[in-house]
Amino acid sequence: MELITTVFIAKAIIVGVVFAITLGVAAYSTYFERKIAAFMQDRIGPDRAGPFGILQPLADAVKMFMKEDFIPANSNKWLFIAGPCLSMLTALMTSAVVPFGDSVTIGGATFDLQGIDVNIGILWVFGIVSLGVYGIMIGGWASNNKFALLGAIRAASQNISYELAMGMAIITILMITGSLSTKEIVEVQQNGHWNIFYQPLGFIIFIICAFAECNRTPFDLPECETELIGGYHTEYSSMKLGFYLFAEYINMFISGAVMATLYFGGYDYPGVDFVTQQFGSNVASFVGVGALIGKSLGFVFVFMWVRWTIPRFRYDQLMNLGWTGLIPLAMYNVVVTGFGILVGKPFMVSIAGLVLLIAALFVYDQLLVKKKIA
Amino acid sequence: MKLSNKTKVLEQGEMTLAERMYLPAIVGGMATTLKHFFSKPVTIRYPEQTRYLGPVYRGQHILKRDEAGAERCTACGLCAVACPAEAISMVAEERKAGEETLYREEKYAKVYEINMLRCIFCGLCEEACPKEAIFLQHDKMVPVFHQRDEVIWGKDKLVEKMDHRYLRDGWK
Ligand code: SF4
Ligand code: SF4
Repeated sequence: MELITTVFIAKAIIVGVVFAITLGVAAYSTYFERKIAAFMQDRIGPDRAGPFGILQPLADAVKMFMKEDFIPANSNKWLFIAGPCLSMLTALMTSAVVPFGDSVTIGGATFDLQGIDVNIGILWVFGIVSLGVYGIMIGGWASNNKFALLGAIRAASQNISYELAMGMAIITILMITGSLSTKEIVEVQQNGHWNIFYQPLGFIIFIICAFAECNRTPFDLPECETELIGGYHTEYSSMKLGFYLFAEYINMFISGAVMATLYFGGYDYPGVDFVTQQFGSNVASFVGVGALIGKSLGFVFVFMWVRWTIPRFRYDQLMNLGWTGLIPLAMYNVVVTGFGILVGKPFMVSIAGLVLLIAALFVYDQLLVKKKIA
Repeated sequence: MKLSNKTKVLEQGEMTLAERMYLPAIVGGMATTLKHFFSKPVTIRYPEQTRYLGPVYRGQHILKRDEAGAERCTACGLCAVACPAEAISMVAEERKAGEETLYREEKYAKVYEINMLRCIFCGLCEEACPKEAIFLQHDKMVPVFHQRDEVIWGKDKLVEKMDHRYLRDGWK
């Protein structure tokens, strides 16, 4: 009984902290998104609320809450309310399986710095992410507005298309690790054996799909202002809209954490052994948490960086890229990885596979494609 | 029909490999944005920081005095006629004996009013004035006002202060 209580309290603390970190990061992502956008456009950005504008998220939140919370007369009222809630819920649930750090020992008891270590870890992430589109679908449909519906349909078809390639990119990780548990995936990568070195192609596929799953530019067609007014959240206002936007930022952070977990060694960082020797394993674990969050924030920056660099795809380009580009590539990657495991040299084979692919595409290009006359 | 031989027909073939992969172009674009990320912003924090807008910027009006401190305006009304926004109105008055130090000409404006909500800062009043009496200051803007009784600016606000004379770049 005693043990169960301790474990429960420990888990409650971990969940609370993860929640707080996620929400805090998401709130400040909105600020940094605007700051980064400003810097990239040679502007100064928000700087009125507090020094350097660091209270901007607070001001935004107040603004969101103070606005009129409007529900269109002919919408489906309950689903209209359920949409943003579902988006938020699924966005927050994903973080449960992300291992934020190694275990810490306090008073003789050992705690994993992870919400739950389920043995289907990565499938959980996958399942919740695909559930996430329901929030958008329901919101778009319940609005009773054709633009919202179009945006929602786009979101659904886009997510379905890119989930396939994403799933296949994950399969290669599973082949290397031999386990679905995120904890084990990270454990295998300790001491610098990061999957990115064995799976460069897989990572590229995964990050592109992550962009698509988060509905971030260049794949933000569901909320494409120029074509669909606001897409699925056209009819939303006040904090309901805030929830949708917030969910996007949470998704960004979590997918950064997932990418760090799958490809960049999770909480691994150079010099773990050194820190462990000098300061003990607990400190090493907490530094690992910092490392993971740092990596995730790095990915968040990449998300923003890309957003303020390139315009969005056209819808047919999006579908083309997903079905005829990424899925065959992912299949090829599976084959190459399998071959690498078979001959026992995954690193060499993955690099060889990448070189071979580029060479083959180049030859194909030279032989078959009509050249531009410039 | 060809009008000249300058037209060039561009035949666009299929996209090359690098173009079809998108990635090289995206990485190139990201390099550009990163370069701008570290470059100096071109905008400023406006109300706190200001910029020199040039010697001919048309800001707040001023009714000049001459070197001795007498008002230059002679209430001829040319500025009011020139004003496309009909923002200027005035009441003329004859100069009495002993007022020579106050007013340069024999007739002067007892009341001179500019409606700052109507004014479009075109500077035509300055162009029209034969006495070089009215100018739009290049370094000072009309401050924001919120009340209706602040809209119309009389001589108290317009006439140049002797301790704070207006000098435009290029004047001696
Ligand atoms: S600046 Fe133009 S609009 Fe303003 S008072 Fe002079 S003439 Fe009229
Ligand atoms: S400001 Fe110049 S144009 Fe206007 S009334 Fe006076 S002298 Fe005439």
